[in-house]
Amino acid sequence: MSTPLLKVDGLTVETKTETGTHRIVDGVSFELQKGEILGLVGESGSGKTMACRALLRLLPSSRLSIPKGSVRLDGKEVMDLPEDQFRAIRGKRIGMIFQNPASHLDPVMRIGDQIAESVRFHHGGSKRAAEERTIELLQQVGIPDPKERSRAFPHEFSGGMRQRAMIALALACDPDILIADEPTTALDVTVQAQILRLLKELRDARGLSIIFITHDLGVVAQLCDSICVLYGGRVCEHGPKERLLAAPRHPYTAGLMGCQPAIGATGERLRTIPGYPPTVDAMPTGCRFHPRCSNEVAECSRRQPPLEAYEPDHVAACYNPVGEAAALPAKESA
Amino acid sequence: MSQAPPLIETDDVVLHFPVSGGGALGLTRRAVKALNGVSLSVRPGETIGLVGESGSGKSTLGRALLGLETVTGGHIVFDRAAVTGGKRQELSKIRRETAMVFQDPLNALNPRLTAGEAIAEVLRVHKKVPKDKITDRVAELLQMVGLDPALSARRPQALSGGQCQRVGIARALAVEPKLIVADECVAALDVSIQGQIINLFLDLKEKMNLTLIFIAHDLAIVRRLCDRVAVMYLGRIVEEGPTEAVFSAPRHPYTAALIESIPEIDPTVSLPDAPMQGEPPSPLNLPSGCSFHPRCPYAEPQCSRDPPPTLRRRDDHGWACILDPGQLPRPQTATRLQNA
Amino acid sequence: MSARRRGLRRLTGHVPQPLMIGAGILIFFIVLAVGAPVIAPYDPIYQDISARLAPPSLVHPFGTDNFGRDILSRVIWSTRIDLQIAFLGVIFPFIIGTAAGTIAGYFGGLTDTLFMRLIDIVLAFPFLVLMLAIIAILGPGLASFYIAMALVGWVSYARLVRAQILVLKQSDFAMAAKSLGFSHWRIMFRHLLPNALIGSIVFAMSDAVLVLLNGAAISYLGLGVQPPTAEWGIMVAEGQAFISIAWWIATFPGLAIVLLAFGFSLLADGLGEKLGVRP
Repeated sequence: MSTPLLKVDGLTVETKTETGTHRIVDGVSFELQKGEILGLVGESGSGKTMACRALLRLLPSSRLSIPKGSVRLDGKEVMDLPEDQFRAIRGKRIGMIFQNPASHLDPVMRIGDQIAESVRFHHGGSKRAAEERTIELLQQVGIPDPKERSRAFPHEFSGGMRQRAMIALALACDPDILIADEPTTALDVTVQAQILRLLKELRDARGLSIIFITHDLGVVAQLCDSICVLYGGRVCEHGPKERLLAAPRHPYTAGLMGCQPAIGATGERLRTIPGYPPTVDAMPTGCRFHPRCSNEVAECSRRQPPLEAYEPDHVAACYNPVGEAAALPAKESA
Repeated sequence: MSQAPPLIETDDVVLHFPVSGGGALGLTRRAVKALNGVSLSVRPGETIGLVGESGSGKSTLGRALLGLETVTGGHIVFDRAAVTGGKRQELSKIRRETAMVFQDPLNALNPRLTAGEAIAEVLRVHKKVPKDKITDRVAELLQMVGLDPALSARRPQALSGGQCQRVGIARALAVEPKLIVADECVAALDVSIQGQIINLFLDLKEKMNLTLIFIAHDLAIVRRLCDRVAVMYLGRIVEEGPTEAVFSAPRHPYTAALIESIPEIDPTVSLPDAPMQGEPPSPLNLPSGCSFHPRCPYAEPQCSRDPPPTLRRRDDHGWACILDPGQLPRPQTATRLQNA
Repeated sequence: MSARRRGLRRLTGHVPQPLMIGAGILIFFIVLAVGAPVIAPYDPIYQDISARLAPPSLVHPFGTDNFGRDILSRVIWSTRIDLQIAFLGVIFPFIIGTAAGTIAGYFGGLTDTLFMRLIDIVLAFPFLVLMLAIIAILGPGLASFYIAMALVGWVSYARLVRAQILVLKQSDFAMAAKSLGFSHWRIMFRHLLPNALIGSIVFAMSDAVLVLLNGAAISYLGLGVQPPTAEWGIMVAEGQAFISIAWWIATFPGLAIVLLAFGFSLLADGLGEKLGVRP
């Protein structure tokens, strides 16, 4: 395959607390092709948001640092670029949208002005041209009466409209990659369906690549081309959607799928993963999932399992993967 | 199906919150029309799911049922005591015999009290057990919700979200309530924890014959847990009936659209190519006629003209729409289940 | 999401530096106050006429005043009275204001309106003018000062606590307490107030600085502590006349005020940081 648009390799984020230095993202690697939608799936503390912040070098606190890791954009390393050059990448090459657009839009500035400001900041040009581009963008993200609505303030928009405006703002600089951090979690399901539809259309129309961060496997199944499952700051499984969902290899992925009730039968117990996700200051040794894992073998608590390829592009980090012709009798309790 | 008398019953409950600042001079009185005539009855031992999007009034209804909101009109009767009468005695009966579980497990607990103190306080206030038995009972309650009693010394900040929610449930159970209202109680939890809490509710339901009103936007969870489901839209119940019937053959177009909008893990069941358009209008400004007509693909001229349709009932399955049963296509999921 | 909040969990082991230094300064003054009879080299009101206006030396490290009294001893003895002013001048407004703010915020409606109007009335007068008026009516002396402080100072606490209670009473745990059938009294003072208190405790620390300076000002005007009792404010007032020939009389007590005020400020900052409130 050609050079991937984005290649993240061994990205690591550390946090300093009184109890020492902890790795909240530990050697995360993934690739993103042009026009691909990648789902970054994990629970709280999985490091999914932090990994994306780190690749934009937007760490929210000075306690956090990136000791190592490589981020290649079009095959060119950007991690060692000085800050002023890196700033050109943010927004222009990689845009970002968030779970709560209300807190990421300026409440006292008209929606249209915010987008126009961004257009002019990155592309220059006349005020008129920026305004026209703004209306075009608002139209693209499905805001009705874009000319009229661009004069509105964020609080005059509904939740779904605000998220659309946020997407328009991110698209203002014509990025190649959009990082979407749980953009539909706070929305109603009917509106979520609309936004997912919109993201797919944008991918088809502009060849936009999207990294979609979520905890909802259903959303991923509907939207993404490939899935990367994170747990405790590490990648535990990565592969094309169809294969990964049809035959998950990592017990965590399988467990997660079992937890999400399909809108199937009633009344029966859900399969659950026992215990709770680990916290930063108490990461288990070896495989970080082993205390909650039903497939645990002796090796799991001793060494970190490496990512192994099951199909050319389907990898999982497990010593005793699911579906391996019953390696051990103790399998997922159905 | 009308053997036992209902434990809680509402009759045409209306609840409007006044807001100031309408009109050009800010003088017009406006109101958030949260509930617009809700009639619902829940029998003892039943688990009923209240579902709907934001602004549907499901949480407001939950709070009104427990007398935590003052209704504008209509009646709520709990076990022969009027919630809406405003009588101190009757209100205190409700407070003694009902409990609520909240969405944000961390915020629903007083950050200054340990888990054990929070539960013990309920036991003390309601004089549920003698003073010297309180510690034992707290431990018992914690075990009942699957927590190590050693955690009772921890404050909420030192517990995980799932653990906090279990403490919240233990505190609700401490009341020994006849009715529990759970308001989006798993929405803030991790996926792997949600299942644990739902299973806990299923266990408790079996063991204690709880009457549970489960408010949620996640239809899949409601389908697992609830015997009946009531679908709300802009302060009205648009469909109500046995869970299976509602999910496999919805009779209101809104319910159908809601079910279709759920992203399934199975990639072969895809989201509709043309998802339902628009968003629920503001409850400040309700559409005329049936509130759903601006988004409804089946809307007829009469839908915006006539007063909102009342709940029609057939086979214990009610719906508020001019369409007759069978006129809506069955959801993808239902057909798939049949084939399986 | 809740998880993110969990990550920002209060760091219990960590003591911020300002808190440590501030507490150190406060402890230092408390030791001085308690040990004054032992620590002070001279009797604070003993007049050594032969050593009037002596500059700082080994015998009198801070010098002497126009009556030949040892400044160091007077500064040390003053600690007793000034700490008392800071403490009593804060505690009464604190108690009254917090209670009023809690009740007003919790019940809202007419109760709230009445309290707010009362606060508006108190705030309509300049702080010092109102204090002076009250002291003028009650007659000079420390007791009058405390009463005046209580009558005027409570409004800041009331407004602070009321604002917090207004937010807290909307929180889920307040709703939970209500749904569990707890009494108003219990919800207000056991559930809401402890959570609103942190802000006012931090504010009390910075308020102590103002009270201290007010006490000094009132004594300076001759309406608070009466001579010959040693008090920093009076000492500064007395020393002012001699500032060109004997700078030390006013300077050292002035420095003591500054140091204690600095200590309280640091304490307020540090507590705020530790407890996650901005003073």
